[in-house]
Amino acid sequence: MLVSPNPHLHSKTTTAVLMRDVVIALLPAVIVSVVFYGWKELLVLAVSVLSCVLVEYLITRYCLKKASTIGDWSAIVTGILLALNLPTTTPWWVVFIGALVAIGVAKMTFGGLGQNVFNPALVGRVFLLISFPTYMTHWEIPQGLFGVDAISGATPLGVIKEGLMQGASVPELMAQHGYSYSQMLFANIGGSAGEACAIAILVGFIYLVARKVIKPWITLSILGTVAAVSCIFWLANPAQFTDPLFNLLTGGLLLGSCFMATDYVTSPMTTKGGIIFGIGIGFITLMIRYFGSYPEGMSFAILIMNSTVPLLNNWFHQKKYGRA
Amino acid sequence: MARRTFSIGGVHPNDAKISRDCKIETLPTPPVVYIAVAQHIGAPAKPVVAVGDKVKAGQVIAEPGGFMSAYIHSSVSGTVKSIGPRKDLSGNNQTVVEIAVEGDEWMEGIDRTDTLITEIPQDPKEIIEKIKLGGVVGLGGATFPTHVKLSPPPGKKCEMLIINGCECEPYLTSDFRTLLEKGEQVVIGTAIIKKALGVDKATIAIEDNKPEAIEHITKVVEGLKAKSADYAGIEVLSLMKKYPEGGEKQLIDAVMHRQVKSGGLPIDVGAVVDNVCTALAVYEAVQKNKPLVDNSVTVTGECFPHQANLLVRVGTPLNYIIDYLGGVPENAAKVISGGPMMGKAIANLEAATLKGTGGLLFLTREQTKRMPDSSCIRCGKCADACPMGLEPFLLNRLAKAGNTEALEENAVQDCIMCGCCLYSCPAGIPLLDVISQARGQIMGIMKARAAAAKAAAEAAKAKTE
Ligand code: SF4
Ligand code: SF4
Repeated sequence: MLVSPNPHLHSKTTTAVLMRDVVIALLPAVIVSVVFYGWKELLVLAVSVLSCVLVEYLITRYCLKKASTIGDWSAIVTGILLALNLPTTTPWWVVFIGALVAIGVAKMTFGGLGQNVFNPALVGRVFLLISFPTYMTHWEIPQGLFGVDAISGATPLGVIKEGLMQGASVPELMAQHGYSYSQMLFANIGGSAGEACAIAILVGFIYLVARKVIKPWITLSILGTVAAVSCIFWLANPAQFTDPLFNLLTGGLLLGSCFMATDYVTSPMTTKGGIIFGIGIGFITLMIRYFGSYPEGMSFAILIMNSTVPLLNNWFHQKKYGRA
Repeated sequence: MARRTFSIGGVHPNDAKISRDCKIETLPTPPVVYIAVAQHIGAPAKPVVAVGDKVKAGQVIAEPGGFMSAYIHSSVSGTVKSIGPRKDLSGNNQTVVEIAVEGDEWMEGIDRTDTLITEIPQDPKEIIEKIKLGGVVGLGGATFPTHVKLSPPPGKKCEMLIINGCECEPYLTSDFRTLLEKGEQVVIGTAIIKKALGVDKATIAIEDNKPEAIEHITKVVEGLKAKSADYAGIEVLSLMKKYPEGGEKQLIDAVMHRQVKSGGLPIDVGAVVDNVCTALAVYEAVQKNKPLVDNSVTVTGECFPHQANLLVRVGTPLNYIIDYLGGVPENAAKVISGGPMMGKAIANLEAATLKGTGGLLFLTREQTKRMPDSSCIRCGKCADACPMGLEPFLLNRLAKAGNTEALEENAVQDCIMCGCCLYSCPAGIPLLDVISQARGQIMGIMKARAAAAKAAAEAAKAKTE
């Protein structure tokens, strides 16, 4: 007979189950991106996921000489997120370098899943953004389905940033490029593949919350902060500053707030900490967009706030029973 | 209406009450019983019989060994064969009185009929004395001597008696069956405890996965209220099914919206909590003069072919019960005394039941398998699950680092060992294993410190005098 301490039962939710749920939640966004961009996007996705898994496998087996951890699905999540954050035109070897940095540097050197401070996919992306700026700012804007008539151009945020610097006003630029909200919500306006369809991302987010994989507070606090702060700027000067809805729907904000800021490992443990974390991300993102030199800002904002997580975990604790 | 429950943490394991329809059946008396003298929290009782003595069922065989202790009665009639050490279910030696059963003769004055006596004594002292003489202890798990619980320290006043019918542990159904089959006795017992405490309000709390019990007890309470004023103030409360609702602290929070301070007692917030089976034992001790010599035990598990709720004499060997029901199933890997969340894995099936034995649960290897532990993914699920609002991931880390100061600061001593953290952790980290060890260590340190402080205060006092 087995004799071991209580409890004698265990919930069926394992790390792999949770991570697989994240993959499932990402599927709508993945499918939509492939529908819009076709085989090129499929290639980026495949290279990214395979490289992430391979890099993790090789490092755990041959450098750390431990049991491989790829069975926990977390490398797959990183792979998909990295791919969704890259332009479809990214050459395969650049994608591979991104994966190498994401897994090899941002994850494994910290000790693997659970030990890393920064979100691996974002570290990979930002590394590429800095090292290969030409590839990373060269986007395709599909005109039909499956990427048939794609033309290249800048993202809406990039277009507006550029335009503003040349002295145009926001409404003029919006009209000139024909950006409409329904288009941003359902279809594609250029940018990384993961930004292709807001609805697809939200569907995944709702799935994660419903399955209790994540709590909604971090995401809601980012979205709320972005909406509120951009509203103030926009009302003060609509010619200079983009409006709240535009900010919410562009520049990877949804993908970042639903899937990357909510990464367990690199976000605070408590709800209170999570809300502060979200406010920080929302605020920094907007400051970069409005006043910085990068048009998007989301990746940097999340990475900056990642570094505050240990502090937030120190400050905010769970409410304890019977202690004031 | 929102379903009421406790406010912090908790988990929802499948309740698996597969023995819920099994009526309480009386187990035949075994040929030998082994009655332990330490069946309660506090000092062990002192044997008052000698080898060779003839005893009757219900006869005192051991007397309280201190203030916090309880009487022990023989559960059978027969001859005392030996008094000495025997291995308990964990394999540790405990002093037991071995009695070879002969016939079934009971002490005079014990009423074993089913006649219901609804009129209750009015004198609290008399009630408490009878409870003490009946050897009644808490049957919800802690086996705290009931007469001690019913004599609150001076200056503390009870405002609410809570009768715990949650039975929040999966699988167990003996409280449920008791509520259904002995509802009247439980409610009368409740009124008696209420009278002993001199409190106006009593709440019988039942989880809403037992609607039949809620309905039945509500009816019984109404019927008795119509009969006598002694039953005024007894209410039935339905609580949302959530583990560990039956934990004393959680139940007080759910029922009274009050929280017991760390290190404090329920009475500090005006609460006394007793289990439904304790209320039944009180009824029997006070109304029928019948001491606590038998209790109901759920025998269950998916791999066990004969689910049952049995009325078992105290001191019955576990393997006697199991053999009666067809033996240990081949694929059972673990037998647990109690429920799957807080119960104890049994190392020795030759051990005998105690007053507080509430269940025998068989689990297969598959069911009780622990995952290999991987690294913490900081998902916070353990903290969300902890009903004490602790942060198990943090306690685990601090315990591994041996940081006793931080462990105490982060309240490892408040852990109630409910197992919610380990149950929830997706990385399979043995959180509670580590935490319970740290908890023991910190409690030791705190105790030593308190003792040192007391000694210092006394020394200072002696100096000034
Ligand atoms: S066992 Fe202790 S630490 Fe774990 S959930 Fe229960 S009270 Fe919290
Ligand atoms: S539940 Fe397990 S993996 Fe999640 S934070 Fe707690 S210890 Fe870490």
